[in-house]
Amino acid sequence: MAADKADLLPQRKDTVRRAAPRSWVSRAGLFLLRSREASTAIAGIVMVIYFQSTAPAFLTPSNIGNLAEYTAMTAIIAAGLVMVLIAGEVDLSVGQVYALAPFVMYFAQKAGVPFLLAVPIGLIAAASVGVVNGIFTVLLRIPSFITTLGTLFLINGLTLTISGGFPVRPKAGPVLQEIFGGNPVSQILWAIGVTVLLQFVLVKTRWGLHTIATGGNIIGAREVGIKIERIKIGNFVLCSVLGGLAGILDTFRIGSIDPLAGGTEIMFMAIASSVIGGTLLTGGSGTIVGAFLGAAVLGILKDGFTLSGVSAYTFSIILGGAILITMLINVHLSRLRAAGGG
Amino acid sequence: MNEEVLRTEHVSKSFGRVAALKDASIHLSKGEVLGLLGDNGAGKSTLLKILTGFHRPSGGKIYFQGAEIELKSVSHARSLGIEPVYQDLALISELNVYRNMFLQREIMSNRYLGILDDRTMRERAIEQLDGMGVNIPNVDVEISKLSGGQRQAIAVARSVFANAKVLLLDEPTAAMGVRESAMILDLIRRLKEKGEVSIVLVAHNYAHIFDVCDRVSLLQNGEITFDRRTRDTSVEELMNLVLHEIRSARTTVVGSS
Repeated sequence: MAADKADLLPQRKDTVRRAAPRSWVSRAGLFLLRSREASTAIAGIVMVIYFQSTAPAFLTPSNIGNLAEYTAMTAIIAAGLVMVLIAGEVDLSVGQVYALAPFVMYFAQKAGVPFLLAVPIGLIAAASVGVVNGIFTVLLRIPSFITTLGTLFLINGLTLTISGGFPVRPKAGPVLQEIFGGNPVSQILWAIGVTVLLQFVLVKTRWGLHTIATGGNIIGAREVGIKIERIKIGNFVLCSVLGGLAGILDTFRIGSIDPLAGGTEIMFMAIASSVIGGTLLTGGSGTIVGAFLGAAVLGILKDGFTLSGVSAYTFSIILGGAILITMLINVHLSRLRAAGGG
Repeated sequence: MNEEVLRTEHVSKSFGRVAALKDASIHLSKGEVLGLLGDNGAGKSTLLKILTGFHRPSGGKIYFQGAEIELKSVSHARSLGIEPVYQDLALISELNVYRNMFLQREIMSNRYLGILDDRTMRERAIEQLDGMGVNIPNVDVEISKLSGGQRQAIAVARSVFANAKVLLLDEPTAAMGVRESAMILDLIRRLKEKGEVSIVLVAHNYAHIFDVCDRVSLLQNGEITFDRRTRDTSVEELMNLVLHEIRSARTTVVGSS
């Protein structure tokens, strides 16, 4: 008894000391240190202020619409990717599913299926890619990087084959078109809905808890009886379905179903959003809200530089730098957190 | 002594041609703490894995609460109340204390949607840890912020919490400092006082075994060669037995060459 009390005394003192009043600066500092979402949000706000001061057109309604469009699709895909990343895997094929799902929807409609049924059919096609990714990774023990690299090429080829390589026009009634991503408001509402729902799943449900446990300590999770196979396959499916949903929503924004839409670019943007938002690629830790904010930061950067006349080449340089710098900050912040800062 | 909880009779296990366990007979009464000693490779972990339901024995019988049983799987053994505490502790560093305590036995406010009832889990975890005298700063801290001893204590508390009848502790004080070890031994002593759970304690440290165990069994080359109450034996006697084994093994090698 005496031994463990002595052991705990310093920590107790520490808790008391931490609760003592601090200056608002150090309190704000601690908040930033503890909340990965807060630091991403502040980076976003700083950028908005900067771009607004250099290009006054930045905060006009039409440009806010552009921002929403830049953000929404990446955020939806990133939400699913974060779940896969937390479970300790990665999905490189989600950008190809993004192109496949609308084509499946289109062909279903062409075969006479009504729109509201064709959408779920497109999503089921997306889900089946997730099942394949999951089975190869979990049951056949191929690393997910390789599995999804395989399905990336496979699905890309499949989409090009069934489409003949030509874009087609999506068909839906005018109201449905607006609901399914036909305007920036509906797009961003979808993204917010998906983000809120998945963040809830992550922090308040058994599925989220077991996803964190699986990615955090797979041996331990298995020992306590968590069905890690089910968790991993389920999250692959979730990620693919969200990829497919984003693909379908985006066709109504663009007004065309393009076999070359999405692809590796949107997948890497989604991974970048996750990372900037504070999700580690090592599994066991991540945030959906953070990924949404990460996508917003990337959207602001892209849009802001476009308005300021910075070329796409420069944007890539800045994006690369931003990823490296945020990762550097993330790694050091988590080291600080581990040292007892949070 | 009390009623018998667990007994093995001549349990053996072979992997191909390798006999990892030849003849292991142990018995455990309610509320008793049995120390299991043995050198590396003597078959301790094989015996432990048979008791957790991970390995099926090649021969011999297992009795649980008086009836012969066949442990079909880890979850089957666990459903009977045989709870292993692994060396890696099966804790998730990224999750807080009470969520770890309830891992895979979560209390939910909506079972259908799987929505977690954090408030109830938190309260029950505090109750349980207080009841067992486990001291941690609070149940909201992540496991990664706790010391090795505190983690071990939480893993043990979790198993007890799950209505364990038999706790299998695999070297709980390995790689632990004096103070941390004392904390774990204290916890085992408190569990013994309550007398509800029986414990098999695998350890290398003779002092720890004599400190908390009622009885000690020695595994040598896959056989239980010694089984006595700790008060009827001594560290010296056990040391001599082990040293004798090492010496005779050396003689055999020399003799056969």
